Amino acid sequence: MRPFEFVVADSPAAARALLREVPGARYYAGGTTLVDLMKAEVERPPRVVDISRLPLTGVELRADRVRIGALARNSDVADDATIASRFPALAQALRSGASGQLRNAATVGGNLQQRTRCPYFRETRWRCNKRAPGSGCDALEGFNRGHAILGTSKACIATHPGDMAVALAALEAEVLIEGERGERRVALRDFYLLPGSQPERETALAHGELIVAVELRFAAVHERSCYLKLRDRASYEFALVSVAAGLVLEGGTIAAARLALGGVGTVPWRADAAEAVLIGAAAGEAVYRRAAEAALEGARPRPHNAFKVELARRAIVRALRTLAGGAA
Amino acid sequence: MPPNAPSTVPLTLRLNGRDRTFLIEPEVTLLDLIRERAGLPGTKKGCDRGQCGACTVLVNDRRVLACLALALAHAGDRVQTIEGLAEDGTLHPMQAAFIEHDALQCGYCTPGQILSAVGALREGRVGDDDAIREAMSGNICRCGAYVNIVAAVRAVREAAL
Repeated sequence: MRPFEFVVADSPAAARALLREVPGARYYAGGTTLVDLMKAEVERPPRVVDISRLPLTGVELRADRVRIGALARNSDVADDATIASRFPALAQALRSGASGQLRNAATVGGNLQQRTRCPYFRETRWRCNKRAPGSGCDALEGFNRGHAILGTSKACIATHPGDMAVALAALEAEVLIEGERGERRVALRDFYLLPGSQPERETALAHGELIVAVELRFAAVHERSCYLKLRDRASYEFALVSVAAGLVLEGGTIAAARLALGGVGTVPWRADAAEAVLIGAAAGEAVYRRAAEAALEGARPRPHNAFKVELARRAIVRALRTLAGGAA
Repeated sequence: MPPNAPSTVPLTLRLNGRDRTFLIEPEVTLLDLIRERAGLPGTKKGCDRGQCGACTVLVNDRRVLACLALALAHAGDRVQTIEGLAEDGTLHPMQAAFIEHDALQCGYCTPGQILSAVGALREGRVGDDDAIREAMSGNICRCGAYVNIVAAVRAVREAAL
């Protein structure tokens, strides 16, 4: 680990000021991603600003929504009664991520900024446009079984590794960001940036801004949601494919539908085209399959990850079937 | 590095029930503090990258990975390691159960396994065997003592009912 300066912030405003002073400075909340990448020298912040004691840990009920503090621990959010009953996809996604120890440390704000698990990003001896802009991408012709098939570019095919953010994408979460000019609100889908030619830019967050909360609105389609995660082992593993889905039926007709995919996109992947297929259609296997086809249209698999296309389609069908009340 | 950044910083935390003060560099992890500065080698360094669970300790009664925590972020926290689990010379029930059920071979992962199991029990995540396996999935045992580890955790849970 490179030497760095450690400073403790006693307010969100102080945290932002301490960060802004030093280019490349990083916030420290749970530490689980940052310390890992600092050891690998992928992250080399000259200053680390400890925000872990800031009072941003609550899960607060509002009239039409819930506000989750950016420093709420993943395990606390998953165990919150409102989250579990009104946003089951989020509770399930959080419980499926990492391990008990990591969920006790990882925060919502930190988890939103979780970095990719692409091995070519995590090892400094490889070429990586995300870690070293302009250096090239060794994943393109390397071992890319875990890599993305949606939202990729010639510069980067690194998969967004998260579970929580995939659920938040389906649940139309908003990220509340504090900056120089007060607080701004960014829809989750606008928070993440596609890699394009600048994969080093991952989110809409500017240096010196601070995520203070995530908000979720109550809705029937959020209440009837689930998270399905498929991986190489039963627990403590990143997704090969995951599906966050919401489905509301009226009679036999789909009144509302939400679909987001994990493990396959360079960002948490909201499947708008699939939702359009579902909404207004008669519920059933045929329309689930058509939605699944639509969700994967435009997928660009690499030599080792072509299996993800059909795996994702089948996962979508299974998630929708489960929500509709059929056998999983 | 910004100019005049201090190379060492004082840190006080409550380690196994005692307030301890150290003078450390910012890059010292909680794991290295426990093992090398406090001289408590019971907490093990396996992967040192948050993948094996050998360094599991309880911070303010919650299980976390000491290798992915900067020590300076834990000023004033209560940290409990395997050395602080027995009370008045009596093994914690989880320690006794690991011996009773032969839940180890080489023993390197065992302190982390035991702290993780104690934490999981407190979290109320220890139900049937599948729930135990899920709750303990962050602790890798390369000897493969999993069957007996699950038996030990199950026994402590049943005794607590």
